Amino acid sequence: MDRNQSRRQVAAMKQCLFDQDDANPNFVEEIVTLHYRDSSRLISSIEQALKERNLDFNKLDTLMHQFKGSSSSIGAKKVKAECNLFREYCREGNAEGCTRSFQQLKKEHGALRKKLEAYFQLARQAGPHETACRSK
Amino acid sequence: MAAAGNLLSTEMGAGKLHVLAVDDSHVDRKVIERLLKISSCKVTVVESGSRALQYLGLDGDKSSIGFDGVKVNLIMTDYSMPGMTGYELLKRIKESSVFREIPVVVMSSENILTRIDSCLEEGAEEFLLKPVKLSDVKRVTDFIMRGEGKNGTRSLKRSRSDDCTPSLTAAFTSVSHPRDLSSSPPPSIFHSKKSRSSID
Repeated sequence: MDRNQSRRQVAAMKQCLFDQDDANPNFVEEIVTLHYRDSSRLISSIEQALKERNLDFNKLDTLMHQFKGSSSSIGAKKVKAECNLFREYCREGNAEGCTRSFQQLKKEHGALRKKLEAYFQLARQAGPHETACRSK
Repeated sequence: MAAAGNLLSTEMGAGKLHVLAVDDSHVDRKVIERLLKISSCKVTVVESGSRALQYLGLDGDKSSIGFDGVKVNLIMTDYSMPGMTGYELLKRIKESSVFREIPVVVMSSENILTRIDSCLEEGAEEFLLKPVKLSDVKRVTDFIMRGEGKNGTRSLKRSRSDDCTPSLTAAFTSVSHPRDLSSSPPPSIFHSKKSRSSID
């Protein structure tokens, strides 16, 4: 079920992104890889920031904003929801809430990554006919 | 000013729109570049408002004679960027006598009505919610190619859910904060901008 979910998500993402593009069937994978590279960096930064004695909520909010933007661009709904929660806590100055929410966020982020990696592996094995279908 | 009209006919003669895309997110830059290329546009992507102004020759460093080298038919910019926001960039462009006729589309992952309204007020052609879809880009580029921006017969509606399956809509429609939408009915955000050129 998990795999189907991620396949559907990625298929949907592809459908929305392009109608027919045989020139670069790896585009989605490229984007996702790029996202995970960026987001890993952001996660480290946030982790560092959360370790400080007096939390700089503005900085945390800014970092999370970037993270959220990148996540929504790839359609990561659950991750994005956690981002919003985290930012709410930032606005309230709720350190404990931020930490909790961040843990959850990392979990979601990691879980999605695994699903997507599994999907890409499958797609590669299945061959070119796995790529984008027309969306009308 | 006739410059923009000439630009458009030149580019249309050549067949391709030249779009300047502005976004601080690496991922978003790649995506928008892709969508635009698929839509048969020539694309220039920059990472900030100030780079965009530099590219256009609006940053004050270069004299306006340099404008000749740059022909842009459409500017698509992210809203939230560090330094200069998309809104500020929009204002700068609309304040320029040379560039004000170039349509500007603003993109954002946040569905905030006041934000949308102020961009449209300031002269943005359209406000797109991220993640931007191919259908959005095609709609915008088709619209520009037809040259309908200036004469009031505009219907560049933002219909987010048109081309997507319900599950996709659920995945991609932003998680909006209810309080932001409660003050106005949704249809208001689909209206076209007030055309500046009609006031002149």
